[in-house]
Amino acid sequence: MIELLDVTKRYGDKLAVDDLSFTVRPGVVTGFLGPNGAGKSTTMRLILGLDAPSAGEIRVAGRPYRELAGPLHEVGALLEARAVHRGRSAHAHLLAMAQTHGIDRTRVAEVLKLVGLTDVAHTRVGSFSLGMCQRLGIAGALLGDPGILILDEPTNGLDPEGIVWIRSLLRELAAEGRTVFVSSHLMSEMALTADHVIIVGRGRLIAETTVDDIVRKASDGGAVRARTPQADLLQTELVLAGEHVSVRAVARDLLDVSGLSSRQIGEAAAGRGIVLHELTALHASLEDAYLDLTGESVEYTAATPPADSDVTHKREKLAA
Amino acid sequence: MITTAAGRSSSRIGVVTPARVLRSELTKLGTLRSTYWSLLVAGLALGGLGMIFAAVQISEWSRLALQDPSLLTAERSAFSSIDAAVGGYNLAQLAIGVLGVLVVTGEYATGMIRTSLMAVPQRLPLLWGKLTVVCGVTFALMLWFALIGFFGVQAIVASHGVDHALGDPDALRVVIGVALYLTAVAALGVGLGALLRNTAAAISALVALLFVLPALVAVLPASLGASIAPYLPLNAGSAVATAEIGRADQLAPWTGFGVFCAYTALVVGLAAYRIRGTNA
Repeated sequence: MIELLDVTKRYGDKLAVDDLSFTVRPGVVTGFLGPNGAGKSTTMRLILGLDAPSAGEIRVAGRPYRELAGPLHEVGALLEARAVHRGRSAHAHLLAMAQTHGIDRTRVAEVLKLVGLTDVAHTRVGSFSLGMCQRLGIAGALLGDPGILILDEPTNGLDPEGIVWIRSLLRELAAEGRTVFVSSHLMSEMALTADHVIIVGRGRLIAETTVDDIVRKASDGGAVRARTPQADLLQTELVLAGEHVSVRAVARDLLDVSGLSSRQIGEAAAGRGIVLHELTALHASLEDAYLDLTGESVEYTAATPPADSDVTHKREKLAA
Repeated sequence: MITTAAGRSSSRIGVVTPARVLRSELTKLGTLRSTYWSLLVAGLALGGLGMIFAAVQISEWSRLALQDPSLLTAERSAFSSIDAAVGGYNLAQLAIGVLGVLVVTGEYATGMIRTSLMAVPQRLPLLWGKLTVVCGVTFALMLWFALIGFFGVQAIVASHGVDHALGDPDALRVVIGVALYLTAVAALGVGLGALLRNTAAAISALVALLFVLPALVAVLPASLGASIAPYLPLNAGSAVATAEIGRADQLAPWTGFGVFCAYTALVVGLAAYRIRGTNA
């Protein structure tokens, strides 16, 4: 269990975390979502006692991190993958970590095997790829066999095989009754891994919800695409159909309609004898539903041309 | 399986203790190449340079013996085979100081410090662990190299009758003293590293304290400079590594060493204050 109560962190004038409160429970994978710079990494550093909060209280396994007598047995963490001295071998790195808690050498070999680094155990970390560093970081997190795992963007730099491996590992860890807290800036990634999500933006809590809930929202709020040679006529007709309806001409014969279902549009067209060549429900993507929650979607839908540099940039960042 | 029976049962009992942190720091020190390079340079300088200087001196004397016997006598009486034996500390102290700095700044530069602090969140035991391990290893090795240098040099100069036994006045004090001084320099390096958290900054500070300060003081008016000079870190600290004959502008050996230790303690104290209080 990880508990945050009214946590605020200020770096000089900059407010990195703003009055954040949430609880991460055992037995499920909890995703920690937010755009870059939302305060996810800072929050994780605060939980791990690396930085001290300006105000508020944080407890892991019932205590502030700095008061844990054997922290590696309570909490395993992967912050940035490169939190390793590049001149040391993977084995030496883990051994030094293990020795602080009197953990046996055999456990070091065990976690190296678990993450698939046994063959390169005695190679200097400096020659590792980002994916291998990520695996080493996960080995370090699992070293003390902790009940709580905190992982900051663990899929960064992993190949597709590694990503699948991480997903099943996280699910397995949660199924064993552990608390698993994973950050990401990708909703689609979280949809495949997490059960619960905590969404933050600009250091504040935006939503605490389930992935199922977001998926449902995503399939509800979508627009409908209508292709018709009488686009102008249909547009006029639909705009009159209700005050929450918005119609956007995508091409000469193509309209995107929101606020009406496919059925309503079809019936309205038939009523006026308008020929329809296509009527497609456009499901909003998970990312859109997530953007909706973070409030950035307003900006996105408001900007009509997809070439708008600012909005496009934002989308790319989220998809990256 | 993420948890094996062995993993969970044997690992559940572990708590962080100072002895375990020490063990971990020893592993960290022993698994980096930079450690071996620094110690090798320091060891060769302390154990070998003295012998090279002594050999050069001897050949010079052999030449003088033929040309100017009176000058030879004067030179011999001004020569201290004890100081010659440990003279390599001038270079060794730089290698040892850099080792002390790197033990800390290497972790900040690579991000390793976050891993270390997550394992030892009370933080201070980590600093004490690093200090103890670096100082312990430095003292043990440098004492050996000082002894090698001492006996080597005495053997080389024995033919001119200017050699000393370890039991002679000042000899044992200088041999142990040079190892102690280098140990204190290692501690100063660790302290500067933990205080500044940056390799270049900490090494610059070390060089400035040891070598630049004396140059600055030399520019001062002679009377003022002479009263400050004995208290400069290098002059104070190296007093204990110098035989009686060479200490014109220096404090008494153990007084000087005490002053150097006080400077080191001040830097380490500031470092401890910083590591405890601030964000990692």
